[in-house]
Amino acid sequence: MSDTAAVEVENLVKRYKRATAVDGISFAVARGACVALLGSNGAGKTTTLAMLLGLVAPSAGTIRVLGEDMLRHRHRVLGRMNFSSPYVDLPQRMTVRQNLDVYARLYGVADVRARIDALARDFQLETLLDRAVGRLSAGQKTRVALAKALLNEPELLLLDEPTASLDPDTADWVRGYLEAWRARTGATVVLASHNMAEVERLASDVLMMRRGQIVDRGAPHALVRRHGHDTLEQVFLAIARETEAAAP
Amino acid sequence: MSSAVAAFSFRRVGAMVRRYVYLLVGSGPRALELIYWPIVQMILWGFTSQFLMTNSSYVARAGGVLLGAVLLWDVMFRGQLGVSVSFLEELWSRNLAGLFASPLRPIEWAAALVVMSLMRVLVGLVPAALLAIVLYHYSIFTLGLPLLAFFILLLAMGWGIGFIIGAFLLRYGLGAESMAWAAVFVLAPAAAIYYPVAILPVWLQYIAWAIPAAHVFEGMRAVMFHGQFPLAHLAAAFGLDALYLAIGVGAFLVAFEIARRRGSLLQSGE
Repeated sequence: MSDTAAVEVENLVKRYKRATAVDGISFAVARGACVALLGSNGAGKTTTLAMLLGLVAPSAGTIRVLGEDMLRHRHRVLGRMNFSSPYVDLPQRMTVRQNLDVYARLYGVADVRARIDALARDFQLETLLDRAVGRLSAGQKTRVALAKALLNEPELLLLDEPTASLDPDTADWVRGYLEAWRARTGATVVLASHNMAEVERLASDVLMMRRGQIVDRGAPHALVRRHGHDTLEQVFLAIARETEAAAP
Repeated sequence: MSSAVAAFSFRRVGAMVRRYVYLLVGSGPRALELIYWPIVQMILWGFTSQFLMTNSSYVARAGGVLLGAVLLWDVMFRGQLGVSVSFLEELWSRNLAGLFASPLRPIEWAAALVVMSLMRVLVGLVPAALLAIVLYHYSIFTLGLPLLAFFILLLAMGWGIGFIIGAFLLRYGLGAESMAWAAVFVLAPAAAIYYPVAILPVWLQYIAWAIPAAHVFEGMRAVMFHGQFPLAHLAAAFGLDALYLAIGVGAFLVAFEIARRRGSLLQSGE
């Protein structure tokens, strides 16, 4: 096991009764890197992120996060990581401030009020702090979810489609924020996305997933070159259509 | 930081209690609902007691026997609801994944549910108990020290049932929601709330003596009718509570691990 890896996954498998969601994947993410999981729906990206977070127990394999064995000691490391996902809501009836307050305390943030104020400034949430989350627009909710994900200044940030419901302008702003945040903190990011522009901009390394397996990996431009296409989107489509062709 | 988050954390329990308090304080109807039913029940049974005082020698011997029973039964029911409803809040808001991707441990969540249950019971029942003094000149506080024991024992039984229901909710999701509202009433006939265990059929008496609440209500009647401190009943209720609470918390923790294996923490909700 490498000391420099933030994430080390070996032979990871997740089997459900009727399907295998993740089928023996292995990868490592260096500290400070941004790695993207790219693949069509059902490729296993979200399940992989959920296993990295300890939300889903693997059927087989090992996961080390920030040097800790996630299967045995996930509580030692969960306070040093965080996540954002469009599939996980924040409580809708609580205000933005109340949600951030509760999560800040769960993550052991030292000065809760100062941290919330700083994130509210960063994500332009000052005027929304006392509004119920359920009354926010999809874009506002995404910004709140990202603010929650950065509450504890995580060493490892897992992002599932972080700009899925944002307009292009706000999505671009969020990507810029994440780039600057990562450059400032040296944090590691693992990103699952369908957005090729996002992946090309943020990720130094891409894991192409198909049917629960990693079928290729490399820097975005290297993948494009290797597959003989002009864009990462073409690579994505080619791999996705191989899936369709191979499907029974 | 890693060693700090590895241990049981009262700070995280406090954070979860804060979450549920925010919900209650932020919703007038929810807060009102806490005191609404206990007061309605108390008023209904208060008038019934007044009527039976002149028509029933059983009630005439101890005028508060029905009102005391109704208030104490509500301790158990509200105690169970306090655990179950706070639990349901996380399913309704699809918040389980957010919570358990944080350093929160299931046992800390369980502790927060217990604290919230206690708060909800006190908020709900203290006004009803005070109103019973004003309206019917009956004070449940005249039970004295045994009242504290009855209160704790019924609350603990409510928590045990609440955690067992929580285990079902983790396993079956909101499909099992109705259990949270109805399950406890299965026990009501055998719990001998308003009548002595002795009037039950013999086979049902065996079941009754396995229910902590039956011992508590027998104990309450022993205090009211005979002025006796019901040590044997309290000891039996304590032992049974310890057993059911251990089973409830154990089932809850096992169900949580099964939910992780099934991936259902991510899919909880409607």
